[in-house]
Amino acid sequence: MNYLVGAFKPPCNIFISFADGRSRKQVPLKKENGKTVMVALFQSQESIVGEVVIEPVHRKKVEHNGVKIELLGQIELYFDRGNFYDFTSLVRELDIPGELYERKTYPFEFSTVEMPYESYNGVNVRLRYILKVTISRNYVGNIVEYQEFVVRNYTPPPSINNIIKMEVGIEDCLHIEFEYSKSKYHLKDVIIGKIYFLLVRIKLKNMDLEIRYRESTGSGPNTYVETETLAKFELMDGAPVRGESIPIRLFLSPYELTPTYQNINNKFSVKYYLNLVLVDEEDRRYFKQQEITMYRLLETS
Amino acid sequence: MIADGVEDEEKWLAAGIAGLQQNAFYMHRALDSNNLRDALKYSAQMLSELRTSRLSPHKYYELYMRAFDELRKLEMFFKEETRRGCSIVDLYELVQHAGNILPRLYLLCTVGSVYIKSKEAPAKDVLKDLVEMCRGIQHPVRGLFLRSYLAQVSRDKLPDIGSEYEGDADTVVDAVEFVLQNFTEMNKLWVRMQHQGPAREKEKREKERSELRDLVGKNLHVLSQIEGIDLDMYKETVLPRVLEQVVNCKDEIAQYYLMDCIIQVFPDEYHLQTLDVLLGAFPQLQPTVDIKTVLSRLMERLSNYAASSADVLPEFLQVEAFSKLNNAIGKVIEAQPDMPILGVITLYSSLLTFTLHVHPDRLDYADQVLGACVKKLSGKEKLEDKKATKQIVALLSAPLDKYNDIVTALKLSNYPRVMEYLDSETNKVMATVIIQSIMKNKTRISTADRVEALFELIKGLIKDLDDAFHDEVDEDDFKEEQNSVARLIQLLHSDDPEEMFKIICTVRKHILGGGPKRLPFTVPPLVFSSLKLVRQLQGQEENPFGEEESTTPKKIFQVLNQTVETLSNIPAPELALQLFLQCAEAANDCDLEPVAYEFFTQAYILYEEEISDSRAQVTAIHLIIGTLQRMHVFGVENRDTLTHKATGYSAKLLKKPDQCRAVYACSHLFWVDDQDNVKDGERVLLCLKRALRIANAAQQMSNAARGSAGSVTLFVEILNKYLYFFEKGNPQITVAAIQSLIELITTEMHSDSSTLDPAADAFFASTLRYMEFQKQKGGAIGEKYEPIKV
Repeated sequence: MNYLVGAFKPPCNIFISFADGRSRKQVPLKKENGKTVMVALFQSQESIVGEVVIEPVHRKKVEHNGVKIELLGQIELYFDRGNFYDFTSLVRELDIPGELYERKTYPFEFSTVEMPYESYNGVNVRLRYILKVTISRNYVGNIVEYQEFVVRNYTPPPSINNIIKMEVGIEDCLHIEFEYSKSKYHLKDVIIGKIYFLLVRIKLKNMDLEIRYRESTGSGPNTYVETETLAKFELMDGAPVRGESIPIRLFLSPYELTPTYQNINNKFSVKYYLNLVLVDEEDRRYFKQQEITMYRLLETS
Repeated sequence: MIADGVEDEEKWLAAGIAGLQQNAFYMHRALDSNNLRDALKYSAQMLSELRTSRLSPHKYYELYMRAFDELRKLEMFFKEETRRGCSIVDLYELVQHAGNILPRLYLLCTVGSVYIKSKEAPAKDVLKDLVEMCRGIQHPVRGLFLRSYLAQVSRDKLPDIGSEYEGDADTVVDAVEFVLQNFTEMNKLWVRMQHQGPAREKEKREKERSELRDLVGKNLHVLSQIEGIDLDMYKETVLPRVLEQVVNCKDEIAQYYLMDCIIQVFPDEYHLQTLDVLLGAFPQLQPTVDIKTVLSRLMERLSNYAASSADVLPEFLQVEAFSKLNNAIGKVIEAQPDMPILGVITLYSSLLTFTLHVHPDRLDYADQVLGACVKKLSGKEKLEDKKATKQIVALLSAPLDKYNDIVTALKLSNYPRVMEYLDSETNKVMATVIIQSIMKNKTRISTADRVEALFELIKGLIKDLDDAFHDEVDEDDFKEEQNSVARLIQLLHSDDPEEMFKIICTVRKHILGGGPKRLPFTVPPLVFSSLKLVRQLQGQEENPFGEEESTTPKKIFQVLNQTVETLSNIPAPELALQLFLQCAEAANDCDLEPVAYEFFTQAYILYEEEISDSRAQVTAIHLIIGTLQRMHVFGVENRDTLTHKATGYSAKLLKKPDQCRAVYACSHLFWVDDQDNVKDGERVLLCLKRALRIANAAQQMSNAARGSAGSVTLFVEILNKYLYFFEKGNPQITVAAIQSLIELITTEMHSDSSTLDPAADAFFASTLRYMEFQKQKGGAIGEKYEPIKV
């Protein structure tokens, strides 16, 4: 499954596997080359246990200055590509310098690892966790093998979860009151709510509810903000009259959402907004944006 | 421009259908391969075609029906899918992921239908959810069709009583709630349609709206079919809610249609029991709503209901249906001051029909209705509106039809007052209707009061109602009318002479104002009717009622005299003469000599002063002679005077043949078989001789004028008279006289100058044959004839 990385044909193959690899949940992960692979899923405070198998090719002798395995948590900003910022770095020595003649297995264990941040693959930023096995050698390059894995952290349902209710409008033109049942949603949640038309003097054509996503990276003058509309969900077709109330029921599960990330390691933030858009017959848009908090709820299934 | 619009629409429809079919094709493929995700994707795309705003409702319907068919297949698929283990709840969520609302809701309704069927959730919850979610479509046409789809798929899944979807949590209340809500929303959308688009296309839009009304009405139909709605629920929930919506929508088309719908779909019994509520809504409707039609239909339904079975009548009484309807109509008329008079009359007409059916015994109700009608009509000129007058005729005909009896209608005091508002033309029509009704039913009108009332009703026929000059009246029509009046007069009859006399006087009073054109039609029947009374009295015992008897033949004759006299004034002398003679004959039968004499005098005066036409004179004189011959009351003196006069008139006729015939007819005046005192043979002979002389003169005149002698017919006729008196034993008629007359005729016939007249020849020949026959027969007469040589 794992192939060697590198241009030169390495003198040995390295396999990294997890002790509970068969039973552990696998999630899809999009690689840089666009391919999606299934990788193991962990959460913070879990022990990461497994073994590294090194198998020299053609029974050639491999000299080395020691074998180690590292657990790295990295943030990569795309405007600064290639420069990884490691916020977590743990090392385990697997072997003292010597020679390898034949296939050898090294068990490893990182117990109760603190992994506060979730794996994230954004527009301008990436946060990833990897296991990195290094066979150090003199004169020739080190032999390195990576194994990526995904971290997701679950949050209990928030104790305070207020409804969002607001009256907005354009004077003597359009007054609406909208209501979303909650301000905090988990990723598979449903947005329930309604829009109540208090005054309608313009000819509306339709009304959409958009889920907008906002990723900001960097800080100070180097701040990059990326917004994207993830969902455009039509709520109403046609022109309502005063007194109408239009229901909202938007299932979040079809959309690829992440939890809200607040200033992760001072490097980036991800926020979500609900944007209510009303369009009139001249295609003018009237909208009101409200931030919502996304969180990851432990899936029981 | 418009043509282009239609063409464009065709194009759009074609494009819509094409798009729909294409996606339906992919959907089918997905269905065949059990690919749920693709099935949802393509069905949503297919349904997106319904998002168009370019089609008129009519075309949109076409598109909708195609989508509808496809959705049935999808529903089947969903059903199978759940059987294969796919959770219906998941499916219900899955279809809601669609981004566009219209496809999403169509899919939701489709899955919802399967959801209810699966019974995994209470039907009421699913229904409630569906009907709520549909609020998202605020576009009238699309919304109406979507909700109509919802109504369609949910129809057989309502938690009605006895339905499989009824449960502890699901009751009929939920079903009703659901339908009512869907109805309300649909109606709102429907009403809103009128405000869409430019004002200049208002008419077109209203037409389109009308096309869609059944979508809204279907909900009421569904409601009416919910078994669980009993009267209480209908009264407490259904009707108030529906009416609330109807009243509040403030839309003319909707109010009219929905009120009508309510009336048509729910049972009569319910209407009857909720009459207050239902009627209470009418005055609140928009003033332009055609309430009269709706209300009329309600009353029509109730009338039919009442007619259907006698068992239901107590219900009507119990709920005081009449007074409620009456009040309601009053209020409606008040609330709609601009309602045309036609509407008002139509309403009253329906109410009248209703009350006639339901309360046939309550004439006061009918009268009340007519009274209200009069009140409304008063202060207005005679009706100009053709339709309105027609409606009044219908209104007035209703009681006639119902009771088959004008007598009942005559008790309605407001009846004639309503008639007063008709123009004279219609008034006549109505009067004719009344008369026809009487004749058809052979109604007996036997009191003077009723006759008075009746003539009040039909006075349109009796006299000229307005001064307007009507020269356009068709002669035939007029005759027809007057003939019917004449027949009516004949029908009036009472067995009580006293009353009958009153009737006659009443009729007389009315018809005398009829003017010269009518009197010739109306007087004769009256006269004969009176004469009939005279004969009736004559047949009875003398004064059966004692001394104070007021109706005597004498009195009647007085009246008759005056009546007939009017005819001579108009002038219709021939008719008057005939009637005088009739009266005289009747008087004769009553042994009233002075009266009979008076009548004869009148007849003679008429003859002398008024009848100038020679032909008429001939007819008249023969009538006089005939009548006079039968009179037996006259004493010698009177008789002499009258016969003398008659003979005088005869001799003074213009044409000789007429003179001749009249004179020989006069011979009978002196010889009456059964009156021994009138057997004056000498004067008979005198008459005949004179006739002979005149015949001769006629012959000569004809000879002088034309060069040929006239026919011998007159001679043969005189010969016959001779033979008659000969047989009767008049001693003055001798064999010799007869013999010479025969010879005279034979000579005349063979003279060169005589013209050939086969009829006269035959007449003579048969006369001779008769004589021969009498001879052969023998007996007394035969012996008498024996001496005559033929």
